[in-house]
Amino acid sequence: MNGKAERDRLGLGRLVLIGVPFAWLAAFFLLPFLIVLKLSLSEPALAQPPYLPILEWFEEAGELYLAIRLRVQTYLTLLTDGLYLAALASSLRIAATATVLALLVAFPVALGMARCPPRVRPFLLLAVMLPFWTSFLIRVYAWMGILKDDGLLNALLLALGLIDQPLVILNTEAAVLIGIVYSYLPFMILPIFANLEKHDPSLLEAAVDLGCRPVVAFWRITVPLARPGILAGCFLVFIPAVGEFVIPDLLGGADTLMIGRTLWLEFFSNRDWPLASAVAILMLLVLVVPIVLFQRQQALARLR
Amino acid sequence: MATARPVREARPRIEPWQDPDAVPFVRIQGVTKTFGEVYAVDNVTLDIFRGEFFALLGPSGCGKSTLLRILAGLDRPSSGRVLIDGQDMTDVPPWRRPVNMMFQSYALFPHLSVRRNIAFGLEQERLPRAEIAERVAEMVRLVRLDGLEDRKPDQLSGGQRQRVALARALVKRPKVLLLDEPLGALDKKLRDQTQLELVNIQDRLGLTFVIVTHDQEEAMTVGSRMAIMREGQIAQLGTPSELYEYPASRFVAEFVGEVNLIEARFSSVNGATMRVRAPALGIEIVTDRPIAALPGEPLWVAVRPEKMSIAKTPPAETGHNCVAGDVFDIEYLGDVSVYHVRLDNGLFLRATEANRLRLIERPITWEDRVWLFWGPDASVVLKT
Repeated sequence: MNGKAERDRLGLGRLVLIGVPFAWLAAFFLLPFLIVLKLSLSEPALAQPPYLPILEWFEEAGELYLAIRLRVQTYLTLLTDGLYLAALASSLRIAATATVLALLVAFPVALGMARCPPRVRPFLLLAVMLPFWTSFLIRVYAWMGILKDDGLLNALLLALGLIDQPLVILNTEAAVLIGIVYSYLPFMILPIFANLEKHDPSLLEAAVDLGCRPVVAFWRITVPLARPGILAGCFLVFIPAVGEFVIPDLLGGADTLMIGRTLWLEFFSNRDWPLASAVAILMLLVLVVPIVLFQRQQALARLR
Repeated sequence: MATARPVREARPRIEPWQDPDAVPFVRIQGVTKTFGEVYAVDNVTLDIFRGEFFALLGPSGCGKSTLLRILAGLDRPSSGRVLIDGQDMTDVPPWRRPVNMMFQSYALFPHLSVRRNIAFGLEQERLPRAEIAERVAEMVRLVRLDGLEDRKPDQLSGGQRQRVALARALVKRPKVLLLDEPLGALDKKLRDQTQLELVNIQDRLGLTFVIVTHDQEEAMTVGSRMAIMREGQIAQLGTPSELYEYPASRFVAEFVGEVNLIEARFSSVNGATMRVRAPALGIEIVTDRPIAALPGEPLWVAVRPEKMSIAKTPPAETGHNCVAGDVFDIEYLGDVSVYHVRLDNGLFLRATEANRLRLIERPITWEDRVWLFWGPDASVVLKT
């Protein structure tokens, strides 16, 4: 019978199909993660590379030993120093604030796009994605030019007579928030737009017919139905924003604590690779929670 | 066509439009709605009485749905006024109108359960919880949705969704219930059954219903009166039997049911008898419903297929209302058969006969020479 052979071939095909991405993830995600984990448990040293191996062979009384030295002190420092937990808390707070701000900006934009005639929508979508054609770094640099004391924004506000003194925005947390909202806005707009576009307009008419003012109909029908899109957008902004390094480094001030930047400083300025690795592990553990929530929400949305 | 519906025939219906003192409940006065250059509704004036089941019938794009949306307040008329129960509704927004609409797509809120869908309108009125629960339960019983209250719309069948939509609109106790093609998504059997249910509910609650449909059979089944619309205007208004028996134009005659239209010229009127010539058929047609016409004016005679008799032998009198031909085709529909008869000049006429006997031995069959004839009361003479 070739039925069994058929099944085997199918089984092999399936194995390859599932195996390739798993192998990819193992090579480029799991392995680096294990390396970072190992680094975080090794002892810093003034050497090249700046840490000691955790495995060591040695002989004693003619017998061979393998010693494993795991330095847990790094993690204790991480938890007791205060700086790192503060940086983490500050990152979470900034990312959450930026997510809320991005939602407030993105929802009306997405709603406007979804209510446009269908033939206009592709152009609006293109406009949302157009910034991606320029390097992210260049766009953040451009914001420095806009936000600095003698920058475009202050020049405009002074010319309009709205202010007499230039506003100090650059190198503050406000600049970081502006940068994050700006950079991640498309990730908020697109899932919300994709959701709103599918809404049946007669639902709002039905709500109005049943006695709702249009504003109430919006809150009772449009917003609850848009929930999956809103959640997807929030996760897509929040998760990368927590670990953001470039934006706080370029737009933030010395007092803008963010975990990504702390990590960078530990790696390159302090050359404390174990501590930097431990910070990376901590950030990952904290982000696993929203990532799992996001995956679950996506799976639920697909079930609908 | 117009099958006898026991619910309708058994009880005598009130006919307020016959009563000169009756005050119309819904008044549409000179309503026009334009979209750009297009007149969707063109100067329509229409009175609907309390307790009527009024049908707006017409082909797609005739403006019937726009007129319904104007009644609901979802579209604003470009000019004209709408009055409901004596109050001018023209500038009243839809959320304050005492009307509710059942949408063609049902427009059920997908994130809310059946119960919450039905309660939605009452929650807007900020009624006490107990009263909302009571009225929702009452509606659930009325439309027979017991046991399905906690389901979401996507867990319901088409017929169940249709009933949720009906309950959701009825629970507000609207002065007028508007139904936009409410049964379009149901299959034929369910549709027939639901039509009867709608009539029963309307009868029981004594509400005023306005239904929009493109299905003339549906309009005739449920409608106390109907308006046939064409290109934004009302082509004819009347009871189903008036429209069927006495259409005012070829458009109405053809839209409501099947009809044979015969081109004719005016000959003479003598008292209650009108004579016209049908040059193409080479016969004279006598009718007992004379209309005013000029000699030689082009006219059309409309004869319903079921009012034409068909026989293999000529009738006693062949001088008028009689024409001979050959059976070209027979449509067997079970209860009736439609005979397509090809006349000697190549024109076709249709005659419908009830199949009272089983057709094992067909009395009339293909290629038979037959005579078609009808009485003076079977035809209507039309000018347009």
